[in-house]
Formats: sequence, C-alpha cells, structure tokens
Amino acid sequence: MIRRASVALFLTIALCCPAFVSAQSAGQSGGELHFCLHGEPKTFNPLLVEDGQSEAIRYLTGGVLIRLNRQTQALEPALATSWNATPDGRTIKFHLRTGLHFSDGTPFTSEDVAYTVKALMDPQLHSPTGDSFRSGDGQVVVQTPSPDMAVVTFPSPVAGLERLFDQVAILSAHSPKKEMAVLGPFYVADYSPGSYVLLRRNSNYWKKDKEGKALPYLDSIRLDIQGNHDIEILRFRRGEIHLINSLDADLFDRLQKESPAAAHDAGPSLDSEQLWFNQVPTAALPDYKKVWFRSTEFRKAVSLAINRADLSRIVYAGHAQPAYGPISPANHFWFNSKLPAPQYDSAAALHLLARAGFRFDGSVLRDSSGNRVEFTVITSAGNKPREQMAAMIEQDLSQIGIKVNLVTLDFPSLIERITRTYDYEACLLGLVNTDLDPNSQMNVWLSSAENHQWNPKQPKPATPWEAEIDRLMQTQASATSDKKRKADWDRVQEIVAEQQPFIYLINRDAMSAISPAVIGSAPSVLDPHAFWNADVLRLGPDPALGAQR
Amino acid sequence: MIVTNNSANMLRLGLRRLLLLAGLGLAGALASATLVRFAPGYGVAERELDPRWRAESVEALRQKQALHEGLPSYYFHYLSALAHGDLGESESLKRPVRELLRQRLPVTGDSVVRGLGAAWLAAALLASLGLAYRGWFFESSTTAFNSLLLSLPSAVVAMLAVHLRTPVFCAIAVVVFPRLYSYIRNLLVRSYDQPHVLAARARGLGSGAILMRHVLPLAAPPLLALVGVSFAISFGAAIPIEALCDSPGLGQLAWQAALSRDLPLIVNVTLVVSLVMLAANSLADLAGRAFAGSVR
Amino acid sequence: MKPLQKVAASVLCAIFVLMALAAFLVPAPYARQFRDIPNAHPSAAHPLGTDALGRDSLSRLLYGTRVSLLLAPAAALLSTLIAAFLGSVAGLRGGWFERVVLAATDLSLALPWLFLLLVVRAMLPLDVSPLVSVTIAFLMMGLLGWQASVRVICAAVRGIRDSDFLLLARSSGCKPARLLLRHIAPNLRPLFYTQFLISIPLFILTEANLSILGLGVMEPMPSWGNLMRGFEDFSALSANPWRLAPLVLLVIVVMCFQLILPPQEVTQ
Repeated sequence: MIRRASVALFLTIALCCPAFVSAQSAGQSGGELHFCLHGEPKTFNPLLVEDGQSEAIRYLTGGVLIRLNRQTQALEPALATSWNATPDGRTIKFHLRTGLHFSDGTPFTSEDVAYTVKALMDPQLHSPTGDSFRSGDGQVVVQTPSPDMAVVTFPSPVAGLERLFDQVAILSAHSPKKEMAVLGPFYVADYSPGSYVLLRRNSNYWKKDKEGKALPYLDSIRLDIQGNHDIEILRFRRGEIHLINSLDADLFDRLQKESPAAAHDAGPSLDSEQLWFNQVPTAALPDYKKVWFRSTEFRKAVSLAINRADLSRIVYAGHAQPAYGPISPANHFWFNSKLPAPQYDSAAALHLLARAGFRFDGSVLRDSSGNRVEFTVITSAGNKPREQMAAMIEQDLSQIGIKVNLVTLDFPSLIERITRTYDYEACLLGLVNTDLDPNSQMNVWLSSAENHQWNPKQPKPATPWEAEIDRLMQTQASATSDKKRKADWDRVQEIVAEQQPFIYLINRDAMSAISPAVIGSAPSVLDPHAFWNADVLRLGPDPALGAQR
Repeated sequence: MIVTNNSANMLRLGLRRLLLLAGLGLAGALASATLVRFAPGYGVAERELDPRWRAESVEALRQKQALHEGLPSYYFHYLSALAHGDLGESESLKRPVRELLRQRLPVTGDSVVRGLGAAWLAAALLASLGLAYRGWFFESSTTAFNSLLLSLPSAVVAMLAVHLRTPVFCAIAVVVFPRLYSYIRNLLVRSYDQPHVLAARARGLGSGAILMRHVLPLAAPPLLALVGVSFAISFGAAIPIEALCDSPGLGQLAWQAALSRDLPLIVNVTLVVSLVMLAANSLADLAGRAFAGSVR
Repeated sequence: MKPLQKVAASVLCAIFVLMALAAFLVPAPYARQFRDIPNAHPSAAHPLGTDALGRDSLSRLLYGTRVSLLLAPAAALLSTLIAAFLGSVAGLRGGWFERVVLAATDLSLALPWLFLLLVVRAMLPLDVSPLVSVTIAFLMMGLLGWQASVRVICAAVRGIRDSDFLLLARSSGCKPARLLLRHIAPNLRPLFYTQFLISIPLFILTEANLSILGLGVMEPMPSWGNLMRGFEDFSALSANPWRLAPLVLLVIVVMCFQLILPPQEVTQ
C-alpha cells in the first residue's frame, strides 16, 4: 500500500510540476522513504537521547550548528556559517545564519543557542550528550552579543570541542511546541507507539541544493518499528522498505546473492569486538587465576593464539578486519598506522607462556603450580556472531592447551556481573563507537573510571602502564592542538598493543542495504550509514523490484 | 422456584469465584514482583556500558528509580496505585503500562480468538467427517496428520508463519488444533458407543437427530471444559509465537519485559495473563457444571 | 499392540540404538571445526555437510539426539514425581486443599516462566561443565512443567478415594503418608507411567522451542533446538534441504511417542 501511495504521489507531482523534471536526474522530488527502526525511540527530546533509535530521529530532525560530514569526516558549517574555537579549548564563537525559522515558524536567533546550551549543561539533566561536554565543574557561560552571534565558554578545556556540537540539536527558546519545533530537514508528524514514526518534510529547512532548490527532496520518511532482523530483510526483499541502515554479515551475504546492487559494504566501521580478563583484585576468583589474568605474557599469548583472520573469514564472511587496538583503521586521523599488525602464531604464544612459567605437555597447559589453565568466557545471549567467535576462540586456545568454557547470559545479568559483582573470568563483548574523537572513550582508559572494564574504579593505578595511560589522558584532554593530542593517543595505542588489557578481535564492516530506487545514497562507515544524507536523497522507479519478485 | 434457587446458587458461586480469581491474580502478580526484585540483573541498565556517561549521572539515574525500597513497601505502593487504576510506568519503554496493555491486549486477544475459532472449526469438521467415514484409511491418515502437527515445535510453526506471510492466528490455530482434534474425536467416539445412542440408532433415528439430542448434551460438559483449557493453551502458545513473528501483542511485550527486567511491566502482564487464564478455566468449569445441572 | 504402535516402537528403538552407538558412528567430534569447509554440501567425509563454523552436521545431530533423548526423560521423571505428589495429596485431602492446589497450579501456569528460566540460567555458577549446565536446564524445565499432569492425577485419586480398600485402610488407622505410598501409588502406577511417557515429547518440544529462542542448551553443545536456530533463513534452507534433518528427526521421535501412547486428556 505504501508503494502504491508513493507511486501515486510521484505521478501527481510529476504531472503538476514539470519544471522539476530534469533531463539528467532519473528521480523526482517527493515520495516517502520507508525503513525500520530496531526498537522504540525512548524520547524525542534531543538533549536526552541515549539509545540508537532516538539518535536516528534526532539526526533527521535536529538542526545542529556544525555538522560532521559522514563521508569526508570533516566538519561543515550548518546553522553556524563559521566558528572560532580558542586554542585552550574553552571558548567557541559561532556566527549564525540569519533569517531562519523553526518548523513551526518561530524565528531562530542566538537566544535559542543560549537556551539549548544552558539546558544541556543543567546539572539536573543527565544525558550522554551533556556529559560529553562536562570536562570539569563550574558554570557554562553563553553570551549572545547579537542575534547572529553566540559565544560559549566552558569552565575547563573540552577536547574536540567543535566536533561535539554535531550532536547538539538546537531547541527553540520560545516555541509553544517545545522540542517538537526543529531546524532539521524533517519534523515528527505522527508517532504510533509500537508501530511507526512519521517524519514530514520541514519546509523551513535552511539548506538548498546547488540549483537553489529547497531541500529535502523527500516528502516524508516513515520509520517502522521492527525488532526482528529477519523480518526486516524479508520486507526489504519484497520492496516494502527502501533501506536497512545496519546489516549483519550473514544477512548481507544472503542479500548480495540475490540483488548485488542493493547490498553495500562501506568498509571497516568504528565498531570493535574484544575479549578481556577480569583483573579486579577483589573478584571472587581463585588466586592462581588472578595471577594468570594479571600476567601480560598470558594475555599476549592468548592474543597471539587467536586466529583473527579465520574469525573475519568464517563468522563475518570476510566482512570484518582483524583489529589490534581501540581505534579502528576507518578513523583516518586518529588511527596509529605504525602499530604492528595482529599476528597469529601459536608457537610464539607457547614461547611467551613458557617464559611466564606455564608448561605445555602437548595437550594440556598448566601453570607453574600445576593448575590446569581453564577459564570461562561470558558473552551476551542472542548475538550469533559473538557466540560463533567464542566457539572459534575455544578451538584456537585448545591448540595451546587452554580449556575455554562458554556461557551466554542475557544482557542485564551480564552487565551486573561485569559492573557490580565482578563475578566472571573473561568477557567477550563489542563496543559501538559513534564518535571519531577518541576522547569520548576517556571513561574506558582512566583507571579511576567506571568503564575501565578489566579493573574499574581503581583508587590509584594498579600498574605502571595504567598510570602512564592516566597521565596521557590528562595531557590530551587539555592539549591545545589536535596534533599534540594525536601524539598522546598514538602512545596510548602502543601501550594497549603491548599490554593487551583488551584483546581486540575484529572491526566489523559497515554494511547496509539500499534499494536501487533510492537515488543519491552514498553509504558511509560512520553512523547513520545509509541515510546520513537524507536531505538529498530522492526516490525513483525501482528497476530491480520486478526481478526480486 | 427451583430455577431461582439454582440461579441464586450460581450467582453466589460466581461471586465467590470472582473474588478467588482476583485474589489469585494479585497473588501471582506479587509473586512475580518478588521474583524480579531478587533476580540477578535487576536495576542495571545498558547505559552503564556507555563510556560517554559520567559516573555521577549514572548514579543519579540509579537513585531515581524506586529500586531501594523494600519489598513490603513496594507491595503497598503497588496495591494502592492499582486501586486507583494506575498501573505504573514501564522502565524500558517509558510509557504508562495501562496504555501499553490497552494497545497490546486487543492484538493478542484478536489472534487468540481467531486462532481458537479456526482450530475449533477445523477440529469439529474433521471429527464429524471421521464419524461419517469410519474407514481405516481416513482414521490412520488423520492420526498421522495430527501427530505430525503435534510434533512441530511451536517456534518452528511461528517461523513458517513468518515465511509464508500468514497472520499470527494461523500459527496459533496450527498449534492448538491437533490437541483439540484428538480429544474431541475420542470424546465423540466414546459417546457414540454409549448404549442409549446405540439404542437410538437401532430405532432408526437420523444421524442429525442422534447428534443433537443424544450425543451433544452428554458431551457438552467436557467440551465446555475443553473450551477453557484450549483458551489457556492458545494464550500460553501466543507468547513465543508473537515473540518470533514480531507481532505487537502481549506475548512480545512479556518477552521484552523479561529480557529487560522491567518490573512494572512484568508484574502487570503477569496479572493480566493470570486473570485471563484463571477466568477461562473457571468459566469453563462453571458452564460445565451449569449445563450438567440443567440436563439432570 | 496395533501394527502402527509396533512400527512406532521399533523406530524409537532404532533411534535409541543409533544414539548409543554415536561415539562409534561419528566422523568427527561434534565441536571440531573444519575451517576450510564451512557450510559444505554432503560428501563422503561429511554425510550431512558442515555447519557455519565447519563442524560436521551428522556428529552434531547424533550428539544432539543424545542430549534431547536422555535429558527429556530426566525432566519428565522429575515433573511426574512432583505432579504425582501434589496431585495425590490434593485428591486425598479433597475439599479446600484440593481447590487451593488446583488454583495454584493454574496460577503457576500464568507466571512468567520465560523469566524464571532466564533468571535460573543467569544464577548458575559459571564454572560448571556444559553437560552439568544442560542437565540443570532440563531439571529446571521439569520443575516448571508439572502442572499438566496434576489435574489428571488429582481426578484419578479423587476417583479411588472412596473405594473400599482405601476405606478399609483408613479405618484401620493407616497414616496418610503410608496410605499414599502403599495403597494409592501402586494403584495409580499405570497412570503415572502414562503421564511420564506423555511428558517426554512435551519436554523435547519445550527444549526445542527454548533453544530456538536462545534460552536453551549453550554452544558448543548441540541439541535439536540448537540445530534448528538457523531455520529463519528459508532461502538457504530450500537450497540446502539436508539442514532439515534435526526437525525431521524430532518430528519422527515425537510422533512415535504419541502413537505408542493411549489416547489421553488434552495436555498443555
């Protein structure tokens, strides 16, 4: 029915507006883009966004001062025509576009910027967006010398300040519609809980295309709430939805066999999967196991014994790359290209273990006290790639005599074990990275922080290398130039490669499915992969649909 | 006079039953609340793994949830809110539970009723066909077909329904039908072999009249009991089927609630499900007794 | 026994024998990954092909049969014992006690059993061997699956409660426990046996359902439900029909169980 409606719309517009039919472009303006969200959006307030679905809606509806171009990875002016950040990272001055209005007609001025920033930095507001700016205590001061200029001053330096504004959608200070009045390409027109979210074209959107025509081209976007990935791909095949933003590797292969034009692999993404050992001193583990997990040689040996190429080839059908560090090679600027490549060498692993006092008798590995080396890996249930990787790691480690047991737990129990009770031995999980700037991972690398998964909340660093990482974190947070910060982060990546607190396994590719009916798409490795340029997407006739049937 | 006595009795019985049902439903809800409260993983949220959050924010959000109140005070708050019709707010979906239930219950109710209807129709048709053709071939082929349907795990049936694009109630019908058919068939066979039915047939009564006047009245009480039981079965089967078919009903809600340890949602869904199941069984029981009473 | 029942019984016996001889019949250990040949077609070395990780499907099927066919009866035994105890006591005492037990039975059917299973899985200690955790999983199913038999047993006990031999026993001062063990249980043994046999296919199906949902037997141990998890991809299934083997085997075994049983009341 949706397709019929959009075809009807398309025909009507084509008949009524012949001027828009250009000889070059096969697509017409208008139409409704249709795809799925994997769950319910928890909020429409852009300041409170914490889940992926709300973030997708914020991306499509929110107007930001500075936009990160997902393809070039460079910052572009959006609501701000230009900006100026002081070298100390504390103050940023924006020159704003004039003559803009929110989706309900309310005029846009620097007052709205001030209102948004103040609301974001309110200590009572708890959200990841706000927390990213909170580098220290104190008040944030926003000055609005004129309606088209805003100056924001933070109490202490914020690393990567400009990039963070890509997530701050400006709210209206005066509109009666509060957060539903937006500056982005679309606005939320209808929401049926559990069913769909309908976004309609914002006629007040500031952006125009090269010919001066108002964007977006699409009339509306319909987001169905569909949690089941298999049903989603079924609907895509039937032509009911136009794109799938993030595709699993096996579904990608299924699709590629049938309609190669629709399946897109943009290359390695920022997401990684890693394995780590529990190094918490008060954990309920036998002492000899704690000794193993704290030994660098043990961890490096385990890392050497894992065949990452096989993991990528078999579990992800080649749609993943072996990973060795916290920063993915897709992150052009911050990745340390001088790092040694991950290796697979069981003999070297055994050599390292022998140096650490372990003995291998051909089938079983024992430590210096004669205990058999055996541990349990926990991972999240229902995630097939992770379960398969764990099964493969089990076989890899059995080659060097280590026995691995696998336990899958549902997410809340898993989180409880790794953040509260520390009742686990090893954990296999993935990290979803949305930010290019590694400063957002500060809470992972600071030894006193909560997300320092292998040994969180340390009163003081337990090892010299963790102390060094702490020092580097403080330096990069207050460094004045990105080049200096990069030197610090390069050193962090070196230390992680030497010490292997996280044994990084793979960086999976950013895979998406886009119907040939969608014109102008350019899948990227940064989220949102398939619809980051939703304002310039068009819908055309789908040549492949007949074949799909 | 006998009639009014009977109806007064029925009313009293019905009222007592209702009270018992309500009490049991609440007991079930409170039991599941206790279970959730003390289960591992209660009170942890996925945001604890997100490094963008500061420790103070996570802690502040943790405090906001009513996690630290003791169980007796939770019971008290829940019951007093229930008295006002307020079922609380879902932690994972951030919407009032009442609204969620109001949305989801009709979907599940619709699938269950339609599935049951289809299953009963098919079972009745097949059983009566079996009475008409008592041949060896018919009997063994229907037994084999029935066994086949009974042996399919309901999850596989659900996956088949997704692939064939059939609505959810078909999957429910396929799961319930074989259980109904074997029972109804045995019941009818036994009824037809009763002496008074044989006598009626010997007297040359038409098969329609035999069915209406001799077989059905006696078979009615167990059949009515079966209605209640089959309702309970289909409601129970709806949960995994809806979870796999991704149908926006009560089953999927229960599944999501269980996975996310959503206390208000689990408690209220348990309340609704237990009330429905208990009511179905009780109604069937009562109806069976009433029918049996009037026949005698 | 009718000819159909004889056929069913012999098929079951054959499967049991195959299962027992699994260790000798398998081409490779069920967890061994042949990483060069994932998703292979059937061949001489791998009669049913290999799965996504290159593990031999025939070995996994035979070991999975072992898991399902050995542990489902264990769960069935546990649930029948619980149902027998509860049903007999309720039927004997009668009155309000019986009503309470039956109501509690109905109620426990409504409890979020999915949630219970999730919780029990999460509470298991991490360093148990996979076999122990699978056994515990089945025992949990047994602990949660007794409701279906209670009503039947209760009705049966109610039926013989007023019979002569029981009245005699009670009037001679027999204690209730002794009454249950010495007089009621032996008389109801055929019923218990039937309920036990009925429960086995139910637990096999329950395990299959749970494993498909991701709550059952954990990797790398195979079970029928485990092996059926990849069934969502119907196009791959139609291209590789030998992957249906676990479903076919499950259906055959459950059908045989049903054919050898006498017709019974409707169970959950």
